[in-house]
Amino acid sequence: MKKTMSKTTKSNFITYGMVIVIYAIVQILTATGSLSSLFKGLLVPLCIYVILAVSLNLTVGILGELSLGHAGFMCIGAFVGSFFSKCMDGTMPDGLRFFLALVLGAAVAAVFGILIGIPVLRLRGDYLAIVTLAFGEIIKNIVNVLFVGRDAAGFHFSLKDTMSLNLAEGGEVIVKGPQGISGTPKDATFTIGVILILFTLIVVLNLINSRDGRAIMAIRDNRIAAESVGINITRYKLMAFSISAGLAGMAGVLYAHNLATLTALPKNFGYNMSITILVFVVLGGIGNIRGSIIAAVILTLLPELLRGLNDYRMLIYAIVLIVMMIVNWSPKAQAIMSRYTPKNLLNKKKSAKEVN
Amino acid sequence: MSFISYLINGISLGSVYAIIALGYTMVYGIAKMLNFAHGDVIMIGGYVVFLASSSMGMSPLLAVLLSVVVCTVLGVTIERIAYKPLREAPSLAVLITAIGVSYLLQNVALLLFGANPKSFTSVIPVPALTLANGALTITGETIVTIISGIVIMICLTTFIKKTKAGQAMLAVSEDKGAAQLMGINVNGTIALTFAIGSALAAIAGVLLCSSYPTLNPYTGSMPGIKAFVAAVFGGIGSIPGAMIGGILLGIIEILSKAYISSQLSDAIVFSVLIIVLLVKPTGIMGKKINEKV
Repeated sequence: MKKTMSKTTKSNFITYGMVIVIYAIVQILTATGSLSSLFKGLLVPLCIYVILAVSLNLTVGILGELSLGHAGFMCIGAFVGSFFSKCMDGTMPDGLRFFLALVLGAAVAAVFGILIGIPVLRLRGDYLAIVTLAFGEIIKNIVNVLFVGRDAAGFHFSLKDTMSLNLAEGGEVIVKGPQGISGTPKDATFTIGVILILFTLIVVLNLINSRDGRAIMAIRDNRIAAESVGINITRYKLMAFSISAGLAGMAGVLYAHNLATLTALPKNFGYNMSITILVFVVLGGIGNIRGSIIAAVILTLLPELLRGLNDYRMLIYAIVLIVMMIVNWSPKAQAIMSRYTPKNLLNKKKSAKEVN
Repeated sequence: MSFISYLINGISLGSVYAIIALGYTMVYGIAKMLNFAHGDVIMIGGYVVFLASSSMGMSPLLAVLLSVVVCTVLGVTIERIAYKPLREAPSLAVLITAIGVSYLLQNVALLLFGANPKSFTSVIPVPALTLANGALTITGETIVTIISGIVIMICLTTFIKKTKAGQAMLAVSEDKGAAQLMGINVNGTIALTFAIGSALAAIAGVLLCSSYPTLNPYTGSMPGIKAFVAAVFGGIGSIPGAMIGGILLGIIEILSKAYISSQLSDAIVFSVLIIVLLVKPTGIMGKKINEKV
């Protein structure tokens, strides 16, 4: 018996298929040796950006709230995962350890998402944007002064320096404040990255098409109407926000396991990173998951391929944000755009012919 | 004595935050939008004064005036080009545009002036004040900052209470549609708000750079965000609230730098925001507005 697929299922399978096809192409290219080492180095970061973009789209597009601290959640995941891997290195199989690191990093980031979300998501207005922005800065600040060491007696924490950890003989310093964590095992591969992308997609797409997802979108579209039909606003908002944070944390774990030394710099976990991810989401289409993937891939590869553009990259991102919003929302721009849609242009030609 | 001098420094930094927060709070009250680019207007104001006084050799007062004019024009232009077309758009779209504008200003400044910080020479020619036989020194910048904060606050309150344009602002912030029906030029009033806010940002830029004399394209973003925290702390939309919130936040920042940890002071300031939102989301002076269906 042949079952017809619904439109959304079909669309979801196209998205999964797209990722798998890209993965297959890259694998074939790697096997034939036609990939440059520069491109190979970009593969794992590409996966990280895609996961971040898809998870941020859950907050921005589906929940309809702006989060500017996505890099902060990524930072939490990165440090938790990296810390776990360093502590447990050698005590269990590498695969299991990396898996547990991913789970733990995502879980801790999700818990932070809930902690941030409880005070903020109850409020109306643009508070989430500013609080997540502040949160990202707090995390970066704290990580930069955090020292953690381990000796026979257990773990020691300090917010000052290595000396004040009071480690016993043979103890090792794991987190070294501004120097971060070094020597995290390099477990991240492109294959794992793609598996995590697929996992992210399954979580996000299934959430969107579930009863919970519809409740979340109802809140986005009209808070009061949603509340009046008995939807628990705070609960659903928290759900979407913490899932988004958890996925960002997972991307962070992947990020940490792709680097020799993990430090919290403005460049990787700062405001700029959060904005870059936001640009992916906006350019790909707010609420459009497939668009986020495509935008993340294009915008990550483009500056690398066109090195000359690198100085202007951030400037172009800024213009993308402004122009996309004005084109999509300004009544005047909409009027101009609708005049030049392919359909209208065809009609115009036709009517011109008829007149002749 | 050191506590008193920290306290005075805190009030001085707080006055700068308060002046910036006034711009935030006025724009938020009227346009119901979070103007992320406000902090970067401060940075542009700083650069204008820097270039005018160091390369063109203008007198300090003239340079400050020029900076106020440039920032006012910039603020109104931003409003016209980026925010006005989005007046009916959802707040998410406006917010993203504002972030885009903020980012645009930072990166244009980066391309024009370079990433290297410029050392800003103070344009305030007031001598330092020594009290209690030299145990307590108050710099001229501190005195001028605190006095200008108070003067701006008084002027702004009088302007809003006594003038027609000020009353129009109040009316627009209360109800845009009703204000329009009463014959108020809503677009003009919003533009005026942006003009005043940006002029205040220019002044804040000069005061900030005179006390903390390095200038780079990101100078404005951190004080801008902290000033927003101050505005929320004091109750967003309220002018005395912005002033009180700003000064309290400045004191908290300087005291935590002095007594807790200089690296964690930013984290402490931002924790204030989260605590305020948990305990009293409307801020110190804010009033709760019930939403109508």
